[in-house]
Amino acid sequence: MGSIWVYAGVTAEGPDPSALELLTKARSIGGDVAAVALGPGATAAADQLGAHGAATVYASDDTVFVDQPGRPAAHTLHALVQQHTPSLILFAGTYDARDVAGRLQAMTGSTLMANATDVLDATHGRTEIFGGTKIVDVELSGPEPRLVLVRPHSFAPEPAGGSSTVVPVVPVVGDGATTATVVERHSEVASGPKLEEASVVIAGGRGLGGPEPFAMLDELAAALGNAAVGASRAAVDAGWVPYSYQIGQTGKTVKPEVYISAGVSGALQHVVGMKGAKRIVAINKDADAPILKIADLGVVGDLFQIVPALTEEVRKRANS
Amino acid sequence: MNITVLAKFVPNPTGTPQLGADNLLMRDAGDGALDPGDEYGLELALQLVESQGGEVTVVTMGPDAALAGVRRALAMGAHKGVLITDPSLRGADALVTARVLAAAIARHPYDLVIAGAESTDGYTGTVPVTIAELLDIASVTAARKLELDGDGYRVERQTASGYDVLRSPSPTLVTVTAGATEPRYPSLKGIMAAKAKPVESLSAADLGVVDLTSMQSVASVLDAPAKAGGEIVTGDEAVGRIADLLQEAKVI
Repeated sequence: MGSIWVYAGVTAEGPDPSALELLTKARSIGGDVAAVALGPGATAAADQLGAHGAATVYASDDTVFVDQPGRPAAHTLHALVQQHTPSLILFAGTYDARDVAGRLQAMTGSTLMANATDVLDATHGRTEIFGGTKIVDVELSGPEPRLVLVRPHSFAPEPAGGSSTVVPVVPVVGDGATTATVVERHSEVASGPKLEEASVVIAGGRGLGGPEPFAMLDELAAALGNAAVGASRAAVDAGWVPYSYQIGQTGKTVKPEVYISAGVSGALQHVVGMKGAKRIVAINKDADAPILKIADLGVVGDLFQIVPALTEEVRKRANS
Repeated sequence: MNITVLAKFVPNPTGTPQLGADNLLMRDAGDGALDPGDEYGLELALQLVESQGGEVTVVTMGPDAALAGVRRALAMGAHKGVLITDPSLRGADALVTARVLAAAIARHPYDLVIAGAESTDGYTGTVPVTIAELLDIASVTAARKLELDGDGYRVERQTASGYDVLRSPSPTLVTVTAGATEPRYPSLKGIMAAKAKPVESLSAADLGVVDLTSMQSVASVLDAPAKAGGEIVTGDEAVGRIADLLQEAKVI
Protein backbone atom coordinates (compact mmCIF):
# COMPACT_ATOMS: atom_id res chain seq x y z
CA MET A 1 0.00 0.00 0.00
CA GLY A 2 1.18 3.51 -0.84
CA SER A 3 1.08 6.37 1.58
CA ILE A 4 -1.95 8.17 2.96
CA TRP A 5 -2.11 11.90 2.33
CA VAL A 6 -4.09 14.64 3.98
CA TYR A 7 -4.93 17.72 1.97
CA ALA A 8 -4.41 20.17 4.82
CA GLY A 9 -6.23 23.49 4.89
CA VAL A 10 -3.95 26.25 6.16
CA THR A 11 -4.11 29.98 6.76
CA ALA A 12 -1.65 32.51 8.12
CA GLU A 13 -3.16 31.72 11.57
CA GLY A 14 -2.14 28.06 11.35
CA PRO A 15 -3.47 24.73 10.12
CA ASP A 16 -7.24 24.23 10.05
CA PRO A 17 -8.42 22.01 12.92
CA SER A 18 -9.77 19.65 10.25
CA ALA A 19 -6.21 19.00 9.00
CA LEU A 20 -5.13 17.83 12.46
CA GLU A 21 -8.26 15.65 12.77
CA LEU A 22 -7.56 13.99 9.43
CA LEU A 23 -3.88 13.43 10.22
CA THR A 24 -4.82 11.78 13.52
CA LYS A 25 -7.10 9.43 11.57
CA ALA A 26 -4.54 8.80 8.81
CA ARG A 27 -1.96 7.83 11.44
CA SER A 28 -4.34 5.26 12.92
CA ILE A 29 -4.84 3.59 9.52
CA GLY A 30 -1.11 2.96 9.29
CA GLY A 31 1.58 3.32 6.65
CA ASP A 32 3.36 6.49 5.62
CA VAL A 33 1.43 9.69 6.24
CA ALA A 34 2.07 12.97 4.46
CA ALA A 35 0.29 16.30 4.29
CA VAL A 36 -0.08 18.66 1.35
CA ALA A 37 -0.45 22.29 2.43
CA LEU A 38 -0.91 24.95 -0.23
CA GLY A 39 -1.23 28.67 0.42
CA PRO A 40 0.10 31.31 2.82
CA GLY A 41 0.94 29.73 6.18
CA ALA A 42 1.77 26.30 4.70
CA THR A 43 5.44 26.13 5.71
CA ALA A 44 4.74 27.56 9.16
CA ALA A 45 2.03 24.91 9.70
CA ALA A 46 4.49 22.05 9.10
CA ASP A 47 5.47 21.72 12.79
CA GLN A 48 1.89 21.18 13.89
CA LEU A 49 1.10 18.95 10.92
CA GLY A 50 4.20 16.91 11.81
CA ALA A 51 3.21 16.68 15.46
CA HIS A 52 -0.12 15.18 14.37
CA GLY A 53 1.41 12.53 12.15
CA ALA A 54 2.67 13.95 8.85
CA ALA A 55 6.21 12.67 8.29
CA THR A 56 6.39 14.74 5.11
CA VAL A 57 4.73 18.08 4.41
CA TYR A 58 4.57 19.14 0.77
CA ALA A 59 4.25 22.89 1.14
CA SER A 60 3.92 26.06 -0.88
CA ASP A 61 3.18 29.48 0.60
CA ASP A 62 2.20 30.91 -2.79
CA THR A 63 -0.76 33.32 -2.73
CA VAL A 64 -2.09 31.91 -6.01
CA PHE A 65 -3.82 29.22 -3.97
CA VAL A 66 -6.02 31.74 -2.18
CA ASP A 67 -6.35 34.18 -5.08
CA GLN A 68 -7.50 31.47 -7.49
CA PRO A 69 -9.46 28.92 -5.45
CA GLY A 70 -9.64 25.35 -6.71
CA ARG A 71 -7.85 24.92 -9.99
CA PRO A 72 -4.16 25.68 -9.20
CA ALA A 73 -4.37 23.59 -6.01
CA ALA A 74 -5.92 20.66 -7.90
CA HIS A 75 -3.30 20.80 -10.65
CA THR A 76 -0.42 21.14 -8.18
CA LEU A 77 -1.79 18.24 -6.14
CA HIS A 78 -2.13 16.18 -9.32
CA ALA A 79 1.55 16.77 -10.17
CA LEU A 80 2.50 15.56 -6.68
CA VAL A 81 0.23 12.51 -7.02
CA GLN A 82 1.87 11.52 -10.29
CA GLN A 83 5.29 11.82 -8.70
CA HIS A 84 4.62 10.07 -5.38
CA THR A 85 1.58 7.80 -6.05
CA PRO A 86 -0.28 7.87 -2.72
CA SER A 87 -3.07 5.30 -2.15
CA LEU A 88 -5.55 7.52 -0.37
CA ILE A 89 -6.07 11.26 0.04
CA LEU A 90 -8.29 12.65 2.79
CA PHE A 91 -9.91 16.06 2.42
CA ALA A 92 -12.07 18.09 4.80
CA GLY A 93 -15.64 18.51 3.56
CA THR A 94 -15.37 22.27 2.99
CA TYR A 95 -16.31 24.23 -0.14
CA ASP A 96 -12.62 24.88 -0.87
CA ALA A 97 -11.46 21.29 -0.43
CA ARG A 98 -14.44 19.98 -2.41
CA ASP A 99 -13.35 22.10 -5.37
CA VAL A 100 -9.84 20.69 -5.22
CA ALA A 101 -10.98 17.08 -4.82
CA GLY A 102 -13.62 17.38 -7.55
CA ARG A 103 -11.15 18.77 -10.07
CA LEU A 104 -8.46 16.28 -9.06
CA GLN A 105 -10.88 13.43 -9.68
CA ALA A 106 -11.30 14.48 -13.32
CA MET A 107 -7.52 14.12 -13.76
CA THR A 108 -6.88 10.94 -11.76
CA GLY A 109 -10.04 9.11 -12.87
CA SER A 110 -10.22 7.69 -9.37
CA THR A 111 -13.17 7.39 -7.04
CA LEU A 112 -14.29 10.18 -4.73
CA MET A 113 -16.39 9.57 -1.66
CA ALA A 114 -18.11 12.58 -0.11
CA ASN A 115 -19.60 13.13 3.36
CA ALA A 116 -17.57 10.39 5.04
CA THR A 117 -17.89 10.21 8.82
CA ASP A 118 -15.10 7.67 9.20
CA VAL A 119 -12.35 6.03 7.21
CA LEU A 120 -12.01 2.35 8.12
CA ASP A 121 -8.97 1.51 6.01
CA ALA A 122 -7.44 2.48 2.68
CA THR A 123 -10.39 1.00 0.76
CA HIS A 124 -13.38 1.55 3.04
CA GLY A 125 -15.18 4.72 4.07
CA ARG A 126 -18.20 5.07 6.29
CA THR A 127 -21.04 7.54 5.98
CA GLU A 128 -24.38 8.18 7.58
CA ILE A 129 -27.54 8.70 5.58
CA PHE A 130 -31.14 9.63 6.23
CA GLY A 131 -30.26 11.96 9.08
CA GLY A 132 -27.86 9.56 10.73
CA THR A 133 -30.39 6.74 11.07
CA LYS A 134 -28.40 4.41 8.80
CA ILE A 135 -24.68 3.72 8.75
CA VAL A 136 -23.32 2.78 5.35
CA ASP A 137 -19.87 1.29 4.74
CA VAL A 138 -18.65 1.88 1.22
CA GLU A 139 -15.93 -0.05 -0.58
CA LEU A 140 -13.71 2.09 -2.77
CA SER A 141 -12.14 0.53 -5.85
CA GLY A 142 -10.55 1.58 -9.12
CA PRO A 143 -7.28 3.41 -9.64
CA GLU A 144 -5.38 5.05 -6.76
CA PRO A 145 -5.42 7.45 -5.10
CA ARG A 146 -8.91 7.10 -3.73
CA LEU A 147 -10.27 10.46 -2.61
CA VAL A 148 -12.39 10.86 0.51
CA LEU A 149 -14.06 14.04 1.75
CA VAL A 150 -14.61 13.76 5.51
CA ARG A 151 -17.10 15.78 7.52
CA PRO A 152 -15.40 18.21 9.92
CA HIS A 153 -15.24 17.15 13.59
CA SER A 154 -15.50 13.46 12.75
CA PHE A 155 -12.36 12.75 14.78
CA ALA A 156 -10.64 14.32 17.78
CA PRO A 157 -7.16 15.64 16.94
CA GLU A 158 -4.37 14.09 19.02
CA PRO A 159 -0.73 15.07 18.67
CA ALA A 160 1.76 12.19 18.47
CA GLY A 161 4.82 14.32 18.96
CA GLY A 162 6.50 13.60 15.62
CA SER A 163 8.21 16.04 13.33
CA SER A 164 8.02 16.52 9.59
CA THR A 165 10.30 17.09 6.66
CA VAL A 166 9.15 20.02 4.53
CA VAL A 167 9.32 19.46 0.79
CA PRO A 168 8.85 22.73 -1.12
CA VAL A 169 6.32 22.56 -3.94
CA VAL A 170 6.25 24.56 -7.18
CA PRO A 171 2.71 25.72 -8.00
CA VAL A 172 1.16 24.52 -11.25
CA VAL A 173 -0.80 27.49 -12.53
CA GLY A 174 -2.93 27.63 -15.68
CA ASP A 175 -3.60 30.66 -17.85
CA GLY A 176 -6.24 33.29 -17.08
CA ALA A 177 -8.68 31.80 -19.59
CA THR A 178 -9.47 28.89 -17.31
CA THR A 179 -9.28 30.43 -13.86
CA ALA A 180 -11.47 32.65 -11.71
CA THR A 181 -9.61 35.20 -9.57
CA VAL A 182 -10.57 36.78 -6.25
CA VAL A 183 -10.76 40.57 -6.61
CA GLU A 184 -12.35 41.51 -3.26
CA ARG A 185 -12.78 39.90 0.16
CA HIS A 186 -15.49 40.75 2.68
CA SER A 187 -15.55 39.55 6.28
CA GLU A 188 -18.66 39.71 8.40
CA VAL A 189 -17.17 39.72 11.86
CA ALA A 190 -19.48 38.35 14.53
CA SER A 191 -19.20 39.42 18.15
CA GLY A 192 -19.10 36.98 21.05
CA PRO A 193 -17.80 33.41 21.05
CA LYS A 194 -17.51 31.45 17.82
CA LEU A 195 -20.26 28.96 16.99
CA GLU A 196 -17.81 26.06 17.07
CA GLU A 197 -16.44 27.05 20.48
CA ALA A 198 -19.49 28.21 22.43
CA SER A 199 -20.84 26.03 25.29
CA VAL A 200 -24.37 26.80 24.20
CA VAL A 201 -25.54 27.15 20.61
CA ILE A 202 -28.94 28.69 19.89
CA ALA A 203 -30.16 28.06 16.36
CA GLY A 204 -33.01 29.84 14.61
CA GLY A 205 -34.95 28.37 11.71
CA ARG A 206 -37.77 29.08 9.32
CA GLY A 207 -40.19 29.30 12.25
CA LEU A 208 -38.70 32.67 13.24
CA GLY A 209 -40.43 34.12 10.19
CA GLY A 210 -37.94 36.91 9.50
CA PRO A 211 -34.63 38.50 10.50
CA GLU A 212 -35.92 40.52 13.48
CA PRO A 213 -36.65 37.61 15.87
CA PHE A 214 -32.94 36.70 15.79
CA ALA A 215 -32.49 39.62 18.22
CA MET A 216 -34.48 37.51 20.70
CA LEU A 217 -31.95 34.69 20.31
CA ASP A 218 -29.09 37.17 20.71
CA GLU A 219 -30.59 38.26 24.04
CA LEU A 220 -30.81 34.69 25.29
CA ALA A 221 -27.19 34.16 24.21
CA ALA A 222 -26.12 37.31 26.05
CA ALA A 223 -27.93 36.15 29.20
CA LEU A 224 -26.14 32.80 29.08
CA GLY A 225 -22.69 34.23 28.43
CA ASN A 226 -20.64 31.65 26.54
CA ALA A 227 -23.30 31.17 23.87
CA ALA A 228 -23.50 31.79 20.14
CA VAL A 229 -26.39 32.13 17.70
CA GLY A 230 -26.59 30.03 14.54
CA ALA A 231 -29.22 29.19 11.97
CA SER A 232 -30.63 26.48 9.74
CA ARG A 233 -30.11 26.61 6.00
CA ALA A 234 -33.72 27.71 5.53
CA ALA A 235 -33.09 30.88 7.55
CA VAL A 236 -29.81 31.59 5.75
CA ASP A 237 -31.34 30.94 2.33
CA ALA A 238 -34.11 33.37 3.18
CA GLY A 239 -31.45 36.02 3.72
CA TRP A 240 -32.30 36.60 7.40
CA VAL A 241 -28.74 35.97 8.64
CA PRO A 242 -25.40 35.55 6.84
CA TYR A 243 -24.02 32.20 5.71
CA SER A 244 -21.48 32.33 8.55
CA TYR A 245 -24.43 31.44 10.85
CA GLN A 246 -25.29 28.24 9.01
CA ILE A 247 -25.13 24.96 10.93
CA GLY A 248 -25.35 21.73 8.97
CA GLN A 249 -24.04 19.79 6.06
CA THR A 250 -22.81 22.81 4.13
CA GLY A 251 -22.31 24.99 7.16
CA LYS A 252 -20.61 24.54 10.49
CA THR A 253 -20.55 21.46 12.67
CA VAL A 254 -21.14 22.25 16.33
CA LYS A 255 -20.76 20.08 19.44
CA PRO A 256 -21.76 22.32 22.34
CA GLU A 257 -22.77 21.31 25.87
CA VAL A 258 -26.30 22.42 25.02
CA TYR A 259 -27.88 23.09 21.67
CA ILE A 260 -31.22 24.93 21.63
CA SER A 261 -33.23 25.27 18.45
CA ALA A 262 -36.12 27.64 17.89
CA GLY A 263 -38.35 27.09 14.90
CA VAL A 264 -35.98 24.60 13.24
CA SER A 265 -37.78 21.66 11.61
CA GLY A 266 -34.78 19.34 11.70
CA ALA A 267 -34.02 18.70 8.03
CA LEU A 268 -31.24 16.16 7.51
CA GLN A 269 -29.09 19.00 6.20
CA HIS A 270 -29.19 20.66 9.61
CA VAL A 271 -29.15 17.59 11.85
CA VAL A 272 -25.74 16.37 10.68
CA GLY A 273 -24.26 19.65 11.90
CA MET A 274 -25.62 19.53 15.45
CA LYS A 275 -26.43 15.97 16.47
CA GLY A 276 -23.09 15.74 18.30
CA ALA A 277 -24.30 18.22 20.92
CA LYS A 278 -24.27 16.80 24.48
CA ARG A 279 -27.83 17.94 25.15
CA ILE A 280 -30.39 18.94 22.55
CA VAL A 281 -33.34 21.19 23.31
CA ALA A 282 -35.83 21.85 20.52
CA ILE A 283 -38.64 24.38 20.59
CA ASN A 284 -41.20 23.97 17.83
CA LYS A 285 -44.90 24.62 17.51
CA ASP A 286 -45.31 21.53 15.32
CA ALA A 287 -45.45 18.36 17.44
CA ASP A 288 -44.45 16.34 14.34
CA ALA A 289 -41.26 18.30 13.60
CA PRO A 290 -38.45 15.75 13.04
CA ILE A 291 -36.10 17.62 15.36
CA LEU A 292 -38.29 16.70 18.35
CA LYS A 293 -37.40 13.05 17.75
CA ILE A 294 -33.71 13.66 18.39
CA ALA A 295 -34.18 16.18 21.19
CA ASP A 296 -33.38 15.28 24.80
CA LEU A 297 -35.93 17.89 25.72
CA GLY A 298 -38.58 18.77 23.15
CA VAL A 299 -40.84 21.71 23.76
CA VAL A 300 -44.03 21.97 21.74
CA GLY A 301 -45.10 25.57 21.94
CA ASP A 302 -44.79 29.15 20.78
CA LEU A 303 -41.14 30.17 20.59
CA PHE A 304 -42.12 33.85 20.68
CA GLN A 305 -43.36 33.34 24.24
CA ILE A 306 -40.93 30.68 25.40
CA VAL A 307 -37.64 32.27 24.31
CA PRO A 308 -38.14 35.66 26.06
CA ALA A 309 -39.47 33.88 29.17
CA LEU A 310 -36.43 31.60 29.13
CA THR A 311 -34.10 34.60 28.84
CA GLU A 312 -35.75 36.07 31.95
CA GLU A 313 -35.47 32.78 33.82
CA VAL A 314 -31.79 32.40 32.88
CA ARG A 315 -31.05 35.94 34.13
CA LYS A 316 -32.88 35.19 37.37
CA ARG A 317 -31.04 31.92 38.03
CA ALA A 318 -27.67 33.40 37.02
CA ASN A 319 -28.09 36.13 39.62
CA SER A 320 -29.29 33.93 42.46
CA MET B 1 -25.68 34.11 -24.67
CA ASN B 2 -26.20 30.39 -24.28
CA ILE B 3 -26.53 28.99 -20.79
CA THR B 4 -26.68 25.35 -19.82
CA VAL B 5 -28.35 24.63 -16.50
CA LEU B 6 -27.72 21.28 -14.83
CA ALA B 7 -30.79 20.06 -12.99
CA LYS B 8 -31.36 16.94 -10.95
CA PHE B 9 -34.55 15.02 -10.40
CA VAL B 10 -34.63 13.99 -6.75
CA PRO B 11 -36.96 11.95 -4.54
CA ASN B 12 -39.56 14.16 -2.89
CA PRO B 13 -37.44 16.29 -0.51
CA THR B 14 -40.11 16.22 2.17
CA GLY B 15 -40.80 12.48 1.84
CA THR B 16 -39.09 9.54 3.51
CA PRO B 17 -36.19 8.28 1.39
CA GLN B 18 -36.00 4.52 0.75
CA LEU B 19 -33.22 2.17 -0.19
CA GLY B 20 -33.98 -0.59 -2.70
CA ALA B 21 -32.94 -4.22 -2.32
CA ASP B 22 -29.69 -3.32 -4.11
CA ASN B 23 -28.94 -0.64 -1.49
CA LEU B 24 -29.38 2.12 -4.06
CA LEU B 25 -31.66 5.04 -3.39
CA MET B 26 -35.05 4.47 -5.01
CA ARG B 27 -35.24 7.24 -7.59
CA ASP B 28 -38.29 6.26 -9.58
CA ALA B 29 -40.80 6.17 -6.75
CA GLY B 30 -43.43 8.39 -8.35
CA ASP B 31 -43.29 11.51 -6.21
CA GLY B 32 -39.92 12.92 -7.30
CA ALA B 33 -39.33 16.56 -8.12
CA LEU B 34 -36.90 18.93 -9.73
CA ASP B 35 -34.30 19.54 -7.01
CA PRO B 36 -35.44 22.78 -5.31
CA GLY B 37 -31.76 23.74 -5.08
CA ASP B 38 -31.56 23.81 -8.88
CA GLU B 39 -34.37 26.31 -9.32
CA TYR B 40 -32.17 29.17 -8.09
CA GLY B 41 -29.60 28.60 -10.83
CA LEU B 42 -32.33 28.23 -13.41
CA GLU B 43 -33.87 31.53 -12.30
CA LEU B 44 -30.49 33.30 -12.61
CA ALA B 45 -30.06 31.84 -16.10
CA LEU B 46 -33.52 32.97 -17.16
CA GLN B 47 -32.88 36.50 -15.88
CA LEU B 48 -29.57 36.68 -17.78
CA VAL B 49 -31.04 35.64 -21.13
CA GLU B 50 -34.05 37.89 -20.60
CA SER B 51 -31.70 40.86 -20.40
CA GLN B 52 -29.01 39.66 -22.82
CA GLY B 53 -30.87 37.43 -25.27
CA GLY B 54 -29.95 33.83 -25.91
CA GLU B 55 -31.17 30.43 -24.80
CA VAL B 56 -31.28 28.34 -21.66
CA THR B 57 -30.83 24.59 -22.07
CA VAL B 58 -31.63 22.39 -19.10
CA VAL B 59 -29.74 19.09 -18.85
CA THR B 60 -30.86 16.26 -16.57
CA MET B 61 -29.59 12.73 -16.03
CA GLY B 62 -32.07 10.40 -14.39
CA PRO B 63 -34.82 7.82 -14.82
CA ASP B 64 -37.71 8.28 -17.28
CA ALA B 65 -39.69 9.96 -14.50
CA ALA B 66 -37.13 12.79 -14.54
CA LEU B 67 -38.87 14.12 -17.64
CA ALA B 68 -41.29 15.76 -15.21
CA GLY B 69 -38.39 17.81 -13.83
CA VAL B 70 -37.27 18.86 -17.30
CA ARG B 71 -40.85 19.88 -18.11
CA ARG B 72 -41.01 21.99 -14.98
CA ALA B 73 -37.79 23.79 -15.98
CA LEU B 74 -39.25 24.38 -19.45
CA ALA B 75 -42.46 25.67 -17.88
CA MET B 76 -40.41 28.14 -15.84
CA GLY B 77 -38.94 29.42 -19.10
CA ALA B 78 -36.00 27.27 -20.23
CA HIS B 79 -35.90 26.94 -24.03
CA LYS B 80 -34.70 23.38 -24.54
CA GLY B 81 -34.36 20.22 -22.52
CA VAL B 82 -31.94 17.31 -22.64
CA LEU B 83 -32.75 14.15 -20.69
CA ILE B 84 -30.04 11.54 -20.41
CA THR B 85 -31.76 8.39 -19.37
CA ASP B 86 -30.19 4.98 -19.55
CA PRO B 87 -30.77 1.91 -17.34
CA SER B 88 -27.01 1.32 -17.28
CA LEU B 89 -26.57 4.68 -15.51
CA ARG B 90 -28.55 3.55 -12.48
CA GLY B 91 -26.23 3.83 -9.49
CA ALA B 92 -23.69 5.87 -11.49
CA ASP B 93 -21.05 7.39 -9.22
CA ALA B 94 -19.92 11.01 -9.21
CA LEU B 95 -17.25 10.52 -11.88
CA VAL B 96 -19.51 8.69 -14.34
CA THR B 97 -22.19 11.34 -13.77
CA ALA B 98 -19.69 14.13 -14.41
CA ARG B 99 -18.42 12.47 -17.61
CA VAL B 100 -21.94 12.02 -18.95
CA LEU B 101 -22.99 15.59 -18.15
CA ALA B 102 -19.73 17.08 -19.49
CA ALA B 103 -20.23 15.23 -22.76
CA ALA B 104 -23.80 16.51 -22.99
CA ILE B 105 -22.71 20.12 -22.32
CA ALA B 106 -19.89 19.95 -24.89
CA ARG B 107 -22.24 19.04 -27.75
CA HIS B 108 -23.29 22.67 -28.23
CA PRO B 109 -21.55 26.04 -27.76
CA TYR B 110 -22.10 27.62 -24.33
CA ASP B 111 -21.07 30.75 -22.47
CA LEU B 112 -22.05 29.69 -18.99
CA VAL B 113 -22.92 26.51 -17.09
CA ILE B 114 -24.96 26.83 -13.90
CA ALA B 115 -25.58 24.11 -11.31
CA GLY B 116 -26.77 23.91 -7.72
CA ALA B 117 -24.05 23.95 -5.05
CA GLU B 118 -25.07 20.44 -4.02
CA SER B 119 -28.06 18.18 -4.53
CA THR B 120 -30.79 17.88 -1.94
CA ASP B 121 -30.61 14.08 -1.91
CA GLY B 122 -26.90 13.25 -2.07
CA TYR B 123 -25.11 16.43 -0.90
CA THR B 124 -21.94 15.32 -2.73
CA GLY B 125 -21.26 18.75 -4.16
CA THR B 126 -18.30 17.79 -6.35
CA VAL B 127 -19.90 16.83 -9.68
CA PRO B 128 -19.98 20.41 -11.08
CA VAL B 129 -16.27 21.12 -10.50
CA THR B 130 -15.34 17.73 -11.93
CA ILE B 131 -17.32 18.73 -15.02
CA ALA B 132 -15.47 22.08 -15.16
CA GLU B 133 -12.14 20.25 -15.10
CA LEU B 134 -13.27 17.78 -17.78
CA LEU B 135 -14.35 20.74 -19.95
CA ASP B 136 -11.16 22.64 -18.99
CA ILE B 137 -13.06 25.79 -18.00
CA ALA B 138 -13.03 28.12 -15.00
CA SER B 139 -15.43 27.58 -12.11
CA VAL B 140 -16.76 29.41 -9.08
CA THR B 141 -18.65 27.45 -6.44
CA ALA B 142 -21.07 28.50 -3.70
CA ALA B 143 -22.11 31.67 -5.49
CA ARG B 144 -24.71 33.90 -3.90
CA LYS B 145 -24.67 36.43 -6.75
CA LEU B 146 -23.78 36.24 -10.44
CA GLU B 147 -23.61 39.12 -12.91
CA LEU B 148 -22.17 39.82 -16.34
CA ASP B 149 -18.97 41.86 -16.16
CA GLY B 150 -17.61 42.90 -19.55
CA ASP B 151 -16.66 39.74 -21.40
CA GLY B 152 -16.73 37.65 -18.23
CA TYR B 153 -18.59 37.34 -14.94
CA ARG B 154 -18.55 38.88 -11.48
CA VAL B 155 -19.45 36.31 -8.84
CA GLU B 156 -19.92 36.62 -5.09
CA ARG B 157 -18.81 33.42 -3.38
CA GLN B 158 -19.76 32.50 0.18
CA THR B 159 -16.87 31.92 2.56
CA ALA B 160 -16.76 30.87 6.20
CA SER B 161 -16.32 34.48 7.34
CA GLY B 162 -18.30 36.38 4.71
CA TYR B 163 -17.92 36.44 0.94
CA ASP B 164 -15.33 36.92 -1.80
CA VAL B 165 -15.88 38.61 -5.14
CA LEU B 166 -14.36 36.75 -8.07
CA ARG B 167 -13.85 37.73 -11.68
CA SER B 168 -14.23 34.77 -14.01
CA PRO B 169 -13.70 34.53 -17.78
CA SER B 170 -16.23 33.12 -20.23
CA PRO B 171 -17.10 30.30 -20.44
CA THR B 172 -17.32 29.50 -16.77
CA LEU B 173 -19.19 27.08 -14.55
CA VAL B 174 -20.91 28.52 -11.50
CA THR B 175 -22.64 26.66 -8.68
CA VAL B 176 -25.21 28.69 -6.81
CA THR B 177 -26.51 28.36 -3.29
CA ALA B 178 -30.17 28.56 -2.49
CA GLY B 179 -31.16 32.12 -1.76
CA ALA B 180 -29.13 33.55 -4.66
CA THR B 181 -32.46 34.67 -6.05
CA GLU B 182 -36.18 33.94 -5.77
CA PRO B 183 -37.28 31.32 -8.33
CA ARG B 184 -40.43 32.11 -10.26
CA TYR B 185 -43.44 29.80 -10.35
CA PRO B 186 -44.34 28.38 -13.73
CA SER B 187 -47.29 30.29 -15.18
CA LEU B 188 -50.18 28.54 -16.84
CA LYS B 189 -48.95 29.98 -20.13
CA GLY B 190 -45.48 28.63 -19.36
CA ILE B 191 -46.86 25.17 -18.61
CA MET B 192 -48.77 25.13 -21.91
CA ALA B 193 -45.75 26.43 -23.86
CA ALA B 194 -43.49 23.81 -22.27
CA LYS B 195 -45.40 21.03 -23.99
CA ALA B 196 -44.25 22.29 -27.38
CA LYS B 197 -40.60 22.80 -26.39
CA PRO B 198 -38.02 20.29 -27.62
CA VAL B 199 -36.66 17.64 -25.24
CA GLU B 200 -33.85 15.53 -26.55
CA SER B 201 -33.49 12.06 -25.07
CA LEU B 202 -29.99 10.58 -25.00
CA SER B 203 -28.28 7.43 -23.77
CA ALA B 204 -24.75 7.16 -22.39
CA ALA B 205 -23.68 5.60 -25.69
CA ASP B 206 -25.12 8.56 -27.63
CA LEU B 207 -22.70 10.71 -25.65
CA GLY B 208 -19.76 8.40 -26.26
CA VAL B 209 -19.36 7.57 -22.57
CA VAL B 210 -18.57 3.86 -22.48
CA ASP B 211 -16.91 3.21 -19.13
CA LEU B 212 -19.81 3.22 -16.70
CA THR B 213 -18.08 1.25 -13.95
CA SER B 214 -18.94 2.59 -10.53
CA MET B 215 -15.91 2.56 -8.24
CA GLN B 216 -17.98 2.60 -5.06
CA SER B 217 -20.09 -0.22 -3.74
CA VAL B 218 -22.08 -0.54 -0.57
CA ALA B 219 -20.39 -3.06 1.71
CA SER B 220 -23.03 -2.88 4.45
CA VAL B 221 -25.98 -0.87 5.68
CA LEU B 222 -26.74 -0.90 9.39
CA ASP B 223 -29.31 0.89 11.48
CA ALA B 224 -27.61 3.46 13.68
CA PRO B 225 -28.06 2.80 17.39
CA ALA B 226 -31.45 4.26 18.22
CA LYS B 227 -31.29 7.32 20.40
CA ALA B 228 -33.32 7.02 23.55
CA GLY B 229 -36.51 9.01 23.19
CA GLY B 230 -36.33 12.39 24.84
CA GLU B 231 -38.87 14.10 26.99
CA ILE B 232 -41.56 16.22 25.36
CA VAL B 233 -43.08 19.05 27.35
CA THR B 234 -45.71 21.65 26.58
CA GLY B 235 -47.15 24.69 28.25
CA ASP B 236 -46.11 26.36 31.46
CA GLU B 237 -43.48 23.89 32.65
CA ALA B 238 -41.38 24.30 29.46
CA VAL B 239 -39.33 27.30 30.52
CA GLY B 240 -38.47 25.84 33.91
CA ARG B 241 -37.46 22.50 32.39
CA ILE B 242 -35.12 24.14 29.86
CA ALA B 243 -33.55 26.23 32.62
CA ASP B 244 -33.10 23.07 34.75
CA LEU B 245 -31.34 21.38 31.85
CA LEU B 246 -29.08 24.40 31.37
CA GLN B 247 -28.15 24.24 35.05
CA GLU B 248 -27.50 20.49 34.90
CA ALA B 249 -25.16 21.24 31.99
CA LYS B 250 -23.48 23.91 34.17
CA VAL B 251 -23.89 26.60 31.56
CA ILE B 252 -25.87 28.92 33.85
